[in-house]
Amino acid sequence: MAKTAQIDVKDQDLLGALRGFFMAVLDQDEISAILVPWRLPMKNRVMPTLITDPARLDGADPLSPAFPMNGAKVVSRLTRKASGGKIAVVLRPCEIRAFIELVKLKQGRTEDLVIIGIDCLGAYRNTDYFNWVGEDIGASTKAFYTRVLSGKGAAMDGIDLAPACQACEFPVADGADVSVGLFGMDTDSRVLVQARTQAGEMLFLNLRLSETEEPPERKKAVDALVAERIAFRDRMFTETHAATDSLEKLTGYLANCINCYNCRVACPVCYCRECVFLTDVFDHEPSQYLRWADRKGVVKMPTDTVFYHLTRLAHMSTACVGCGQCTNACPNDIPVMELFRTIAHRTQKGFDYEAGRSLDEKPPLSEFREDEFDEVVGIG
Amino acid sequence: MTDFEPTIIAFVCNWCTYTAADLAGTSRLTYPKNVRMVRVMCTGMVDPQYVIKALLEGADGVLVSGCHPGDCHYINGNFKARRRIKLLKEILPQFGFEPERLRLTWIGASDGIQFAEIMRELVAQLKTLGPSEAKLKMVI
Ligand code: SF4
Ligand code: SF4
Ligand code: FES
Repeated sequence: MAKTAQIDVKDQDLLGALRGFFMAVLDQDEISAILVPWRLPMKNRVMPTLITDPARLDGADPLSPAFPMNGAKVVSRLTRKASGGKIAVVLRPCEIRAFIELVKLKQGRTEDLVIIGIDCLGAYRNTDYFNWVGEDIGASTKAFYTRVLSGKGAAMDGIDLAPACQACEFPVADGADVSVGLFGMDTDSRVLVQARTQAGEMLFLNLRLSETEEPPERKKAVDALVAERIAFRDRMFTETHAATDSLEKLTGYLANCINCYNCRVACPVCYCRECVFLTDVFDHEPSQYLRWADRKGVVKMPTDTVFYHLTRLAHMSTACVGCGQCTNACPNDIPVMELFRTIAHRTQKGFDYEAGRSLDEKPPLSEFREDEFDEVVGIG
Repeated sequence: MTDFEPTIIAFVCNWCTYTAADLAGTSRLTYPKNVRMVRVMCTGMVDPQYVIKALLEGADGVLVSGCHPGDCHYINGNFKARRRIKLLKEILPQFGFEPERLRLTWIGASDGIQFAEIMRELVAQLKTLGPSEAKLKMVI
């Protein structure tokens, strides 16, 4: 059972209470640095930032609806070898799930790491956020979380959460060492802190938090949110499937694609160091293009567009966490996340696997059993 | 569709199915010439990407075929292949590829007769199914 405590919120300053909590974490002897979403001093933007100076935590902003990148990639960089210190990282649930996938692929380590996850209020699409945030980032963040936490939804000023967030059924950071609960809490007075692992419990002890019970309203609030998300997600699956259920439709869906491969760069679980599509294999001979064109009289350039997306689906869809960064990164407005999540849902189900659920489950393509999937063998 | 001749790309492992094909040949068994064989050392080296490429290039069917369970010369390559085929069978039908266009079989080195039979059966199935959408419509 998770150990549960609370952090008091003073003067209705939720963000201030969270910053205070981060400061207390960084203040621990064993913690050398903390990675948090942080307001850049030179521009109204929020970026993951590694902080060692507690005073700089006054710019920490884990509640803003900015989600410029999936932080799992940064944490992977920070942990691929021992850094000589222990780091705390503040992540969204989908970042934690992506990181868990990377750890399984040996591209990150959980040693010397404490993962702090906060109930995710969701995020706007990058471009929406840029247009919306305005000069006073503090006021924008506050307006956002106040609205969401009062149950009025995240739609504001004509924009709404990114489709990835609206379809996300994992708003609670189950995979964190320590999770911070906001939903179903009176966040003007207190938030919940739960230790979910041994590393979490250690931190918990050292912070001398006052233990408490999880209020029953919390589960109700979370369940209701999850139900809403699943309904949205399933509508998305149905619509996306209808838009791509033939090769002709799929090519239409991807018609804007210019093979820039931004989607795979933004994807936290596209794990190859070098993508095969960027190697000599795809540096075709000029004469090859002519032969391709000759066969049907036409060949669209650049070539290999559908090939790229289908290959990526085969290589990583079992690890897709639905974070939506692929859609964020696409310069030509292709709903990439919608396609990948729809297919990933099938591939993960096919192997009874869920990306980011547990460190103990091996990625489906890295193991096998002798007695399985007989239905795919034979020509009957 | 009577004069439609399907193209089948078959990824066959060196030690079992390729040997079986060889045996079929030396035993003077006949099988349709629709099959283009790609000899690989083991089915465990067939990346899903190869299968996707073949289908997008207009193959009407793809066959991956290797040693029976327990007989793989690299111990477990065929079990890995089976997972990859399972994966592709979750993905490709979503985009309208008929599941029959992708097949996995175990054909041992001494199964020359069975090899010829399976090729005949595959061709017959694909003739009924007709040409693949990729062949007809793919421009990108
Ligand atoms: S494919 Fe897209 S939604 Fe899935 S993990 Fe990668 S970036 Fe996130
Ligand atoms: S980011 Fe968009 S345009 Fe670029 S490769 Fe991905 S889908 Fe194509
Ligand atoms: S050697 Fe034949 S399947 Fe592995």
